[in-house]
Amino acid sequence: MSNNENERRLSRRDLLVAAGTGLVAVAGIALAPRAALAAEGEADKLMADLIGATKPAEGKITLTIPELAENGGAVPVGISVESPMTDKDYVKAIHIISEGNPTPNVASYTLSPACGKASINMRMRMAKSQKVRVVAVMSDGSAYIARKDVKVTTGGCG
Amino acid sequence: MADENKPRVRVPKTAKKGEIFEVKTSVTHPMENGSRKDKDGNVVPRNIINKLVVKYNGKDVFGGDFGTAVSANPFLSFHLKAEESGKIDLTWTDESGAVFTTTETITVEG
Repeated sequence: MSNNENERRLSRRDLLVAAGTGLVAVAGIALAPRAALAAEGEADKLMADLIGATKPAEGKITLTIPELAENGGAVPVGISVESPMTDKDYVKAIHIISEGNPTPNVASYTLSPACGKASINMRMRMAKSQKVRVVAVMSDGSAYIARKDVKVTTGGCG
Repeated sequence: MADENKPRVRVPKTAKKGEIFEVKTSVTHPMENGSRKDKDGNVVPRNIINKLVVKYNGKDVFGGDFGTAVSANPFLSFHLKAEESGKIDLTWTDESGAVFTTTETITVEG
């Protein structure tokens, strides 16, 4: 009896696992060709294109993204950068870079002292669980970086 | 097309001089990333809003360049400092060349 029970449970579980693998495989085929290119290296390359040889320092950026995003189609992203936002000292640009999407560039924002404070909110797509980078470029050319790991339940790129 | 993609913007009607206020924006737009297929299996051509320009009394104050990872019906909020009464113009452009614009007025007191 207990053996039978075990077998039944096992076979049901096997079925579920098989079904799950099938889904993953289908999703994999859809994303694989471009996703493979979009790893950390792509993000590094984009960052070099955006800020050149400047080495971004940690700090100054508060990055608010839920750790667990159920819907990868619209993940809320909040960014705020410490800065007086005066004519002499302000945040010039904020770049959002994805380490796990088919393409690494998400968005780049241009700010000015007229913004008063460097704080933005937007929603982004995430194809899968990944690290998101935010780079802030200051008016003196220095740069800061923040990273955040986000787990995505349902990818949002298709 | 223009009606379908009408942008919605929220700016306070009045602000005190020097006050920092939030500008909330969203545009109805599919942000097609070019990798989605319709129900017949045809690839839906890529068309995303790739640019936003914000001017405060004619002066560039904020801008955005967007990639395919910006969600459909893009929402964006940012801040501006109330210096003088006037107009805030927002202009979005998508890759089909369509342009969506809206103008908000703000009265700055004191």
